[in-house]
Amino acid sequence: MSPKLKIQLTFFLGLLSWLLFSFFDIYFILLQKYEMEETYVELVPQIFLSIFIISSLIYYRFIITKAESINFTDLLWRVFITGLVTTIISLGIRLVFNLYENTSFIKNPLTINFFYHLYIALVVIFLISTFVVWKRLILYQKSKQLIRWWNAFEYLLVGALIYDFLGFKYLTIPFNIPFAILGIFSLVLSFNLKWIAYLNFKQKWKSILFILLSGIYLYHFVLNLSLYSDTDALIYDLFDRVFILALFVFIMIYAVIAILVTLFNLPTSSVFEKKLQEAVDFQKLSQSVPAGQSESETYDILLDGSMSAVFADAAWLEVKSDGSSHIITRNIREDEIPAIKAAVKDASLRQILDVAYSGRMIQKKVYTSLSKGPFRSVFVLPILVKNTQVGTLVLLQEVSDAFNREMVNIITTFVNQASVSLENTRLIGEALENERYKEQLKIAKNVQRSLLPEKLPFNDKIEIAAYSMAADEVGGDYYDVITTNNEDYQLIVGDVSGKGTSAAFNMAQMKGIFHSLAKQDIPAEDFIIRTNDALSSCLEKSSFITASYLKIATATREIQFIRAGHCSTLYYHAKKGKAEFLKTKGMGLGIVRNSQYANYVHCNAVKYTAGDIILLYTDGIVEAMDITGKIYGEDGLSNALHHQINENAKDLSPEKIKDGIIEDLYAFLNGKKLEDDYTLLIVKLT
Amino acid sequence: MIDMLETSINETASYYEIIISGEIDAGSSISLDNELEIAFQGEQHNILLNLEGLNYISSAGLGVFIARLEEISEKSINLVFYGLQENVKQVFALLGLEELLTIYNSKKEAIASLK
Repeated sequence: MSPKLKIQLTFFLGLLSWLLFSFFDIYFILLQKYEMEETYVELVPQIFLSIFIISSLIYYRFIITKAESINFTDLLWRVFITGLVTTIISLGIRLVFNLYENTSFIKNPLTINFFYHLYIALVVIFLISTFVVWKRLILYQKSKQLIRWWNAFEYLLVGALIYDFLGFKYLTIPFNIPFAILGIFSLVLSFNLKWIAYLNFKQKWKSILFILLSGIYLYHFVLNLSLYSDTDALIYDLFDRVFILALFVFIMIYAVIAILVTLFNLPTSSVFEKKLQEAVDFQKLSQSVPAGQSESETYDILLDGSMSAVFADAAWLEVKSDGSSHIITRNIREDEIPAIKAAVKDASLRQILDVAYSGRMIQKKVYTSLSKGPFRSVFVLPILVKNTQVGTLVLLQEVSDAFNREMVNIITTFVNQASVSLENTRLIGEALENERYKEQLKIAKNVQRSLLPEKLPFNDKIEIAAYSMAADEVGGDYYDVITTNNEDYQLIVGDVSGKGTSAAFNMAQMKGIFHSLAKQDIPAEDFIIRTNDALSSCLEKSSFITASYLKIATATREIQFIRAGHCSTLYYHAKKGKAEFLKTKGMGLGIVRNSQYANYVHCNAVKYTAGDIILLYTDGIVEAMDITGKIYGEDGLSNALHHQINENAKDLSPEKIKDGIIEDLYAFLNGKKLEDDYTLLIVKLT
Repeated sequence: MIDMLETSINETASYYEIIISGEIDAGSSISLDNELEIAFQGEQHNILLNLEGLNYISSAGLGVFIARLEEISEKSINLVFYGLQENVKQVFALLGLEELLTIYNSKKEAIASLK
């Protein structure tokens, strides 16, 4: 059954039972009048009356919604309107009686009883609907205990309904005992008035008005019922029913207590409203982050929330970000602020006002009185993000000593929440910024990759293979090979001090210098001296570059090599079948930045034979460390080279050697992450 | 980043000694530079660097010394290194720094060189 159908059903059941109740009662009068002997059971109309009461109860339970903080006055309004309608109808009936006061029609018991039944319907409707509303209000924020009391009360009421079948007369002892019990219950239950606390000032006045008027209706009904009762013509008197009288009493008691409590609560309602507003503001603040609100919106909520919480007359909020300061004001001009700041004498408050506070917020005195100016009380609180003050909240009052300790707690909570919000907003911003940086680094990585040679010489004179890997997105290792005539080859392997982006920029400079110098046919020493000279003017003071420079003349089979602070070149003599490190003197580039550098440049030369292999690398390889702290070292590299040469003796390609050595290195690292950039360059001479 | 570097100062009438131990990487090189700055600002021009406890120095750490080379000659500061561990010594040698810096094996030799 749908709720709508239930409502309609109970409505018609109520209507029908009332009609039947009236019909049987009047039928009984007719029987008496004409003294007809018919078997008539007095209980029948009573049963229908009870059905009528119960169906109206169910009907109103369906249509009167649960009490929620927003609809208390709506509920009372309903009582008021129902009372109004029923009272107007009852007044209409009264008018008819008064107009035809002395006519026999009016004095006829049939007429009196007919109107009395109409009257019963009005009273029941008003009582039952008010009862349901009172129930909703009493059970607002219910406890288990309260529900037990209420259920007992309802059972007793149902009991009274049945008890009334016994037909005890008004004010007899069997009538009074159950009536008294119900009265006590009504009194106990009537002290459940939690809903009143949730009314604001205006709503409280409205409630008092509605309840008062409902009380007047109630009084009016009682008065009318007793008038009828006095006529002695009634076949059935509502006053003889414990149930109905108990309802009257319950409704009246609750109305009186509710009016009194509401009245006494009127002066405190502003405090409660304030607390409620605080809670709402606080919630707004804490929700401002997930809602993705900007900093300025957070500031607005903070400012308005704080002002209303302490009844401030004016306020301002100063926020410093990126060196500039931004001021939001309420009821005060920005040019008035310096004078107020100057009037504050307390040193620590001055510090906060100047947005120069640091460290944790210790609970100190944050409000003070001012001796001059339009404002006599000032309240100063720093807004801290990660223990750094980012702003100041200043609240002003025109009277002195307007702020107290309790307010400090509220505002501190506000400010803390705002700080959290701000911190989160900033963190989100930073995360986005980080994303952007990562994008940029990706681009940088691609750019850097393109700085390394795409193709390496591979011909009947020389074969070169290379491997380079950066620990970070971008690295500081550089290698390059240039030939101007396919006979002379210039090789360079360089390592810029430091890692990451700055190293990568220096590496790019290195490439520029190498390319411009390599194309001029100059002696190897001059090459290094001029490179040092060029780098000296563009490298940071603490940066330097190590490099190995090789000049291979395939026509004369001669190699000139210079070690500029770089790792010693590993040279494999095919004839000897042995590799050795070329330990020569040499100084890094950018260390001595004057003509003295020439003194530290040492050029060496060797003749090579077919099958000789040169291995150039950066320190990332020899300093590679496994998880136990063991270093790969020169020995590791040398052994790996020997191993590769022996393995691939038949078909020795630099590519294979490179792959073999890198594989060996990674096996040594055994899953440990790179800590430095590595570069490996293998040159096979034929 | 964990700052693995530890420094302490030993000041006497004839020299100002900085005792360096741990590792010097990109992060800790900044505090090393601060120590040098303090030492270079002082009156004492005989500065000893005790590297006995130094296990590792990165290129950034070396950069700290390199950046001060000019200042050393300009202020005629007598900066003396001693007690380098083998791997540290190799790094200095590889870069050619032993030709520029005064390096001794022991403190005794280092102090003797001051006279």
